[in-house]
Amino acid sequence: MAANPMYQFNVYRIGPEIKINNIDISFTNASLFMVISSLAILIIFNFGTKRSIIPNKIQLLSELSYSFISKMISDTAGSKAKPYFSFIFSLFMFVLFCNMFGMIPYSFTVTSHIIVTFVLAAFIFIGVTIIGFIKHGLGYLKLFVPSGVPMVLLPLIVVIEIISYLSRPISLSVRLFANMMAGHTMMKVFGGFVVSLGIVGGWLPLGFSVALTGLEILVAFLQAYVFAILTCIYLNDALNLHH
Amino acid sequence: MLKKIIFQFLALSLIFTYSAQSAESGGMPQLNPEFWISQIFWLVLTFGLLFIILSKFILPKISNNLETRKSQILENIETADKQREETEKKVKEFDKIINDTKVEAKNFFNSERQKVLDDISSKRLSLEKDIEKEIIKAEEEIDQLKKTSQEKVTKIAIETSSDLVKQLIGEDINKSSLSAIVEDLSKKEMEKHNGI
Repeated sequence: MAANPMYQFNVYRIGPEIKINNIDISFTNASLFMVISSLAILIIFNFGTKRSIIPNKIQLLSELSYSFISKMISDTAGSKAKPYFSFIFSLFMFVLFCNMFGMIPYSFTVTSHIIVTFVLAAFIFIGVTIIGFIKHGLGYLKLFVPSGVPMVLLPLIVVIEIISYLSRPISLSVRLFANMMAGHTMMKVFGGFVVSLGIVGGWLPLGFSVALTGLEILVAFLQAYVFAILTCIYLNDALNLHH
Repeated sequence: MLKKIIFQFLALSLIFTYSAQSAESGGMPQLNPEFWISQIFWLVLTFGLLFIILSKFILPKISNNLETRKSQILENIETADKQREETEKKVKEFDKIINDTKVEAKNFFNSERQKVLDDISSKRLSLEKDIEKEIIKAEEEIDQLKKTSQEKVTKIAIETSSDLVKQLIGEDINKSSLSAIVEDLSKKEMEKHNGI
């Protein structure tokens, strides 16, 4: 059973079944890893709030990530995006820690589930749309009408723009979900090859497995970064209407 | 022995392969909606709590830390600049004091030397004057002595010569003629003596 590469994505109940109005909200292994990731973030960054002029290692780490994300936001979305800093910071850290905890063998990758990434992406999409309409009123619809397009092509362009805008949550969620799922499946498949080829031929897939682990750690960081930076870009569209 | 181990591993891996092939069922667990609501609920709960705690308690502290560090560094740089300026001023003052004292010492030395030199020259002058006076006095005395001695010598010469003549001849000779002879001789002698 354990050799099925999709088995690692199974969600199962931990503890008793919790039901409110016939809706199952039981504590599962996915919930467990969400809680672990959040707690890890809170603990690490809480240790990083010591007031000392010369920072220790954890403080340095938290301050570096603070300035890293603050620089990313100001580079992509400008100074107007400052109020959304803590949301993007939590988003980046949550996705990063979920991805990284997923790299531990026998653990569960929260972000490899489409429903989790889709909820995050949908929340971002709805929030960005609301911010856009609040900031620009109906003028936000100008986002779909790029300037300098010939009148003949305009209907087509507007339709394409609307489709691309509406597909943002799907592309954002599927990108993260597919990356995480594909990577973990591949690692599992190579692990299965190691076992099935045994001591004679298993060394090659073992090497691949080791290399893939490094790649997956890179992907885990990169996907969190991409998720956060795309959020910043969408926010930039809503805050600074360039068309 | 080695063959046995390899064989065992091969058998084991065959078993694992069979079990893997037999477990080909279900497809993607991600598309099973059984726990979707639970996942959404826990995601909203944990992420919401994470966001609230981070934004209310932790991130302000970190930004505060960064700000205070920045301001403290700026302050320190400012004070360091101020202190450097002060040090430069002090060094300049110190140099000035050293220069002043050098000039003063030089002046003092020069004036003292001048004083000593003046003192020496005045003393030498007075000494020279004294010496000259002494010399003049001595010369006068010598001159007087010379004069008086000549007269005395001629007188003695006349008396002795008259005595000699009296004893030799037994009679007095005209003193005036004798004195003339003695004077003439002494003149000759003096001329010879003085080298004239």
